[in-house]
Amino acid sequence: MSIRLFEGFKFKQKATLLHRMDPRPKFLIALTIFMLSLIFANFVVLLVLFISQLPLVYVSKSMRRWFGSMKGGVVLAAMIFIMNFLTGSTLVFSATMTLRFIVLVSAFSMFFMTTSPDDLGLALEKARLPYTLSFTFTTAVRLVPTIALEAQTIVDAQRSRGLELDRGSLIQRVRKYVPILIPLIVSAIRRSTELAEALESRAFGAVKNRQPLATLQMKPLDWAAAAIALAVLAAGIYVQIYVPIPSFDNGIRMPTLWGVPPGS
Amino acid sequence: MNMIEVKDLHFAYEDKEVLRDIDLTISDGEFVAIMGENGAGKTTLVKHFNGLLKPARGEVLIDGISTRKSTVAHLSRNVGLVFQNPDHQLFSETVFEEVAFSMRNLGYPEETIRKRVKFILETLDLGAYAEASPFMLSGGERKRVALASVLVSDPKHIILDEPTIGQDYQQKDRLRNFIIQMNSQGRTVVIVTHDIEFVVDCKPRVILVSKGSILADNSYDSILSDRELVEKASLVSPQIAALMSSLTNLNFSPKILDLYHAKSALEQRFGEIVHKAV
Amino acid sequence: MKVIEARDLTFTYAGSSKPAIENVNLAVDRGEFVLLTGPSGCGKTTLARCLNALIPSFYQGEISGTMSVLGRDMSRLTTSELARKVGFVFQNPENQLFSLSVERDVAFGPENLGLPREETRRRVDWAMKITGISELREAAPYELSGGQQQRAAIAAVLAMKPEIMVLDEPTSFLDPLSASQIVEAVAALRREIDITIVLIEHRLDLASKYASRIIVMDQGRVTLEGPPSKVYGEEAKLLGIGIPKISMLFNLLRKDGFDLGRTPVTVEEASQRIRSYLEHD
Repeated sequence: MSIRLFEGFKFKQKATLLHRMDPRPKFLIALTIFMLSLIFANFVVLLVLFISQLPLVYVSKSMRRWFGSMKGGVVLAAMIFIMNFLTGSTLVFSATMTLRFIVLVSAFSMFFMTTSPDDLGLALEKARLPYTLSFTFTTAVRLVPTIALEAQTIVDAQRSRGLELDRGSLIQRVRKYVPILIPLIVSAIRRSTELAEALESRAFGAVKNRQPLATLQMKPLDWAAAAIALAVLAAGIYVQIYVPIPSFDNGIRMPTLWGVPPGS
Repeated sequence: MNMIEVKDLHFAYEDKEVLRDIDLTISDGEFVAIMGENGAGKTTLVKHFNGLLKPARGEVLIDGISTRKSTVAHLSRNVGLVFQNPDHQLFSETVFEEVAFSMRNLGYPEETIRKRVKFILETLDLGAYAEASPFMLSGGERKRVALASVLVSDPKHIILDEPTIGQDYQQKDRLRNFIIQMNSQGRTVVIVTHDIEFVVDCKPRVILVSKGSILADNSYDSILSDRELVEKASLVSPQIAALMSSLTNLNFSPKILDLYHAKSALEQRFGEIVHKAV
Repeated sequence: MKVIEARDLTFTYAGSSKPAIENVNLAVDRGEFVLLTGPSGCGKTTLARCLNALIPSFYQGEISGTMSVLGRDMSRLTTSELARKVGFVFQNPENQLFSLSVERDVAFGPENLGLPREETRRRVDWAMKITGISELREAAPYELSGGQQQRAAIAAVLAMKPEIMVLDEPTSFLDPLSASQIVEAVAALRREIDITIVLIEHRLDLASKYASRIIVMDQGRVTLEGPPSKVYGEEAKLLGIGIPKISMLFNLLRKDGFDLGRTPVTVEEASQRIRSYLEHD
């Protein structure tokens, strides 16, 4: 699993339409795409679903990282394909399952890339999640770059003492991470003590009803997007039930490839 | 024999240029302070000296060999880089193990390691703590353990990144004496710091770095007594220099940085007055 | 009116055999700027922690003697309760900024106090203006320089409108220019609002000029106390404290028989004294 998969879920502040939207309709869009991908097991429909995201990704100026997230998930995708195919599914069906996975990853990747963790936290609060939980979430996100930098510094410091992480047998290499992990953990413990002190000093948890300065407000665009998403979902359900869609499956199975006639 | 040669070094991080047009040479046995504000690029620069970073453009040669052709492990035999925060290094069960780490990585025989570790612990006043857990020591003691763990293999060239942060007056005094001692024993010493008074007391050659390039490279007294230069580098003038430069119209030399030189200069002038009165 | 009063205060951290502070007597008036210093391990951080009840509510141990802040007995209070009276700025800016934008961090304290939105808004705008970081409103804390981060931390504490602000080596990780700007900003607060400052610092050359009083500690006890000028003149008792070089200079001159009067704490003062001494004759 490549690091690019994680890059595709990292938020970057940009001034696009999608970035400005309230997180809730955006989540609804991602959820709609996901549910449609579950409702339909048709390769062409899924392909259409996948392609329909492209204009949204383009508007959010995150094309490169979006594709990167899918490239990063290639291993998983390949595994899904192989598992399906080797257990008797047709070629097209296996490809469809793989595509479903890709659609899922891409939909949520787009959501996370355009939604700030702060807004996510606010949305969680609005959803009546206890403040302490949403705070834990946003603080964790806030600490990610800090801890990543620290991990890099620790690696640098230990390499400067002759530690070579890229040499040796598998077991040796795993053991070499001890001098990286221990300082990281000790530092995390120290950091959490300091954070706790600071939290106490700022009266964290003193009062049950907080009035956050920042609020989420649904604007016309947000309502419109939510409405469209729901309409599309409803339409999709209708189509699946009432409208027959041709299957594009050509029936090629693994046994077929090996010369065994289909159906035997 | 030149220890560190940097030629036309350029380095960028995430599309942002961090170092630009760096040319410098540090000879064997020199004592150099690399100074500048936070974010000027000092730490980035010294990370090139042991190969942690490789130049995007230009070259860094250590003892004549390009860092591009070497590994950090190999370079760290001769270049010891002591990081700012000791807690980024400490991981062992005992101080002894901690200090022995680098020599074990470099493949030294156990007997040699034992002798050297014992020696460096004694030198840094840590002999009593050999079997103690490094995590149980005080902040100052942990800093000395981190220092010991890099110096144990007796590298020819030592780089200290911000060694004075969080240190009190006595600790800095001890540190300064230790650095001067190491230098007098023939080792090249490079300190990265923004602590001006500490540099004044150490009296090294100073390389002033600002916004990714070298502003000046000269003796400490030429640079630190130059008010304009110090301001340009976003540093603060040493107190004695500031005092002396405020008295230039009374014919005092603005180049006096040392406390005792200032005292002598003042006392000489006071003495003249007394003589005049008599 | 004494805003801080400690009598025979002694505290030993749990698991430790020696007291970290011993028989400390302290009295601070409203509006003072107190500088607290001493070698590493002298107990200054321990004493500071007593000021906002981190000791004994967060750090456990044995406490004896009395400590009262704004007339209230500290042994009965928690840090959270005291948060709106005593603000604390810590050494490491990274671990006291929690949010993904400066504005939200500054709002954090008032929000925790349950204040209405408009009041929080007012306080946030005021705190950011007074610390000069209004244009950093939307910035993420980890994108800021050390000096900017500490300003944000100070603003975040100010937004709670404390009467006392304690700062524990806030300039540790800052370069000299940022450090002097922070100390200056803290001192300037006293011109704008009614606040008492307790600053723990090693870098006496930066902080001395603003302090009305300096307290020197060593091995858990208070060894010297008084206006910086007087304390820096007591050279024999100053082992291990890095007093400003110009103060040292005057002590050396005095020892050699040249008494230029009160020990200066700033370069300007020193310069003036030398001038008048020379022009006198």
